[in-house]
Amino acid sequence: MDRPQGGDIVMVLKIKDLPNEEYWLGGNPSCHGCPASIGLRIALKALGPKTIMVVPAGCATIIQGAFPKTSARVPLLNIAFAAASSSASGVAAALEQRGIKDVSVLVWAGDGATSDIGMASLSGAAERNANIIYVCYDNEAYMNTGIQRSSSTPIGAWTTTTVTGKMEGKKDLPSIMMMHHVPYVATASLAFPLDFVEKLRKAARIQGFKYIHLQAPCPPGWKFSSEKTIEVGRLAVQTGSWIVYEVEDGVYRLSTPSLPFVNKDRRKPIELYLRAQGRFAKMTEDERGRFMAAIEENWTAVANNQKTGRIFSSR
Amino acid sequence: MPKYKVMSGNYAIAYGAALSRVELVSAYPITPQTSVVEKLSELVDTDRLRAKLVRVESEHSALAACIGGASAGARCFTATSSHGLLFMNEMVFWAGYARLPMVMAVITRSIGPPWGIWSEHTDILAQRDTGWITLMVQTNQEALDSVIQAYMIAEDPDILLPTMIGLDAFIVSHTAVPVDVPEQEAVDSFLPKNRVPGFLLDTDEPKTMGNLTYPEWNMEFRYLAEEAMKKAESKIVEVDRKFQKAFGRSYGGLVELYRMEDAKYAVVAAGAHAGEAMEAVDQLRSQGIDAGVARIRVLRPFPKDALRSALGNLKGVAVIDRDISLGLGGIIRAELTSALYGLKRPPHVKGFIAGLGGRDITVEDVKNAILVTTRSVEEGQDEWIDLREEIL
Amino acid sequence: MTLKIKAVPFSTPTLGSGGDTSSWRTERPVLDEAKCINCLFCWMYCPEGSILRGEKVVYIDYQYCKGCGICMNECPPKAITMVKEG
Repeated sequence: MDRPQGGDIVMVLKIKDLPNEEYWLGGNPSCHGCPASIGLRIALKALGPKTIMVVPAGCATIIQGAFPKTSARVPLLNIAFAAASSSASGVAAALEQRGIKDVSVLVWAGDGATSDIGMASLSGAAERNANIIYVCYDNEAYMNTGIQRSSSTPIGAWTTTTVTGKMEGKKDLPSIMMMHHVPYVATASLAFPLDFVEKLRKAARIQGFKYIHLQAPCPPGWKFSSEKTIEVGRLAVQTGSWIVYEVEDGVYRLSTPSLPFVNKDRRKPIELYLRAQGRFAKMTEDERGRFMAAIEENWTAVANNQKTGRIFSSR
Repeated sequence: MPKYKVMSGNYAIAYGAALSRVELVSAYPITPQTSVVEKLSELVDTDRLRAKLVRVESEHSALAACIGGASAGARCFTATSSHGLLFMNEMVFWAGYARLPMVMAVITRSIGPPWGIWSEHTDILAQRDTGWITLMVQTNQEALDSVIQAYMIAEDPDILLPTMIGLDAFIVSHTAVPVDVPEQEAVDSFLPKNRVPGFLLDTDEPKTMGNLTYPEWNMEFRYLAEEAMKKAESKIVEVDRKFQKAFGRSYGGLVELYRMEDAKYAVVAAGAHAGEAMEAVDQLRSQGIDAGVARIRVLRPFPKDALRSALGNLKGVAVIDRDISLGLGGIIRAELTSALYGLKRPPHVKGFIAGLGGRDITVEDVKNAILVTTRSVEEGQDEWIDLREEIL
Repeated sequence: MTLKIKAVPFSTPTLGSGGDTSSWRTERPVLDEAKCINCLFCWMYCPEGSILRGEKVVYIDYQYCKGCGICMNECPPKAITMVKEG
């Protein structure tokens, strides 16, 4: 049941309720204002020490620091680029075999590892309903190798391999995961961290494949000053460009951060989001049009999903 | 008391894995490996094996799942062939360099294009740099026994190297012969319960596996792996001897010798065609040629000392490679001649390429190869056995 | 005492795995305690965990702070200002 009934006590998570313990240690090699570092700090506060991380090649690999040091205070398996979902499946199976039930397996993978090279293994793990939490931290390009385009790069964005702007739209990963009919799919924003925490904790309570797509605004890659990481993330939600929702057991629910923006008139002008980032500086009118059209289509899908409520039952 | 069941080499592998109490099986179907996993699935579904089956969507994922599973403390098993093995090559290196004990059966099959499903050894030999202990079996019985031996070797705390077991496509994998299936209790007495350390991913002592390592640290990991490979040579012999004591069977340790005590010529081969070689040697002996067979059972660590001692004093050696490294020739011939380097009077080594794409290697072929070796003076290029000149 | 490596390459959790990241700063955040309402936004958003929770106000730990400025940007009462280093 979604809405609290009369008499229910609803525990609203507050910032001060987050544990003080750090499981992602500071002074790591991440860039100034790195969203992956913020995301990991928050995610591990959400899930706690009984978490095993699986990290494919990407920024999250490097921000651990170099041997013999690591910034991860939970067990972490570094693995090859395409292999996160499958190796995490193996970890989960081994834990189950050993009767260990109170440990979450958390994949922390970038958009490149998820949407491109790891697409097949992601789909396989989802189809098998592997008991893992898969977080895609989406900085919308191959940032670790120096800002090359991925299938998750939005249209019109500058990258080193799309210097005149990406010609293709952004691949809709959460929808793809939804169509695998897995128990939980969600999107999240660092500007709404408590929503992210609640989603992670909910995922940890569910058996099966859970997918959370976290927007990760990247200062060097998106070309904005490092203090604006959270602000850019907030603008993404406030302009309607990033939609925060969840699909739990096939039931679609728009999340609190995006509820105000169902109404198109309440959305801030998209220029605020685009102008905040240097990567859109040379965006053409045509690209901007297609960017806007994609946003409109996404909100149409939101409306349809809200009307339908239960998107799927079968698995 | 041996209990014989007629079974294929693939089923023998499956029973070996089941008797070894594997805990995680992750594999992707490819001809001619499929019946290994089918039999294991059946054993799991009928509660004769308590293991998790991760039915992955590719071979790359199969080995990745085993790597994740072994890192989390499970005894893992997979099997593949040819293109599947090549597809997982990145992870084959990963498992070797991560020093994760696990066992993989490789049903050796030719590589395309053009497509072929029959036996060739190029696929397993292409993995020779990956840090896996590599065995090549001759018979179905050896296949079953080698799986049990492999876990014993791989999980040894001094070794910690994954182990792959090669068996010829169809010749061993699909030919059914009587195989003695040991009792579970006997295997339990021989092979300790899973010794794969789960410490790698332990929430009580969090550690990070394999993060970026600068040059001043990186090389020594490879050195330790090489040291483990060296230790593996004696460990393999020791385990084979222990197996002999427990089950009454052994396979010569690193190199199985047949009629080598007084041999002047030898055939060096790996895999099923060593059987043809033994038959050929018997026939030539009756013609007065003192020949023997040195079957290379272990491809990695490459048994340099064992081969030097077996072959050092011979007049001639015929190496029959069921493989090819284009631009070099027979891989085993090349590695053998390198191993014999430095001997005061090394034997004359003649290389033969045979059986590529699964073409039959007959007893006559081997006999001819030995006779050619007895007559040849220069090393020369590898000779191709049974090449169809008429279609060239 | 030189670290000896084991067969399997693993690392142990350490603060400052990136070295002295305080040297990356060109400016440092300075807190006006009088304005701090202890909302903990800065604590939550800091990529390095360099903001520490205190009794009544937060405390900035400069050991690894990279000076990214997120704390300054997100502080609702604008209690944090960025001051040039050196």
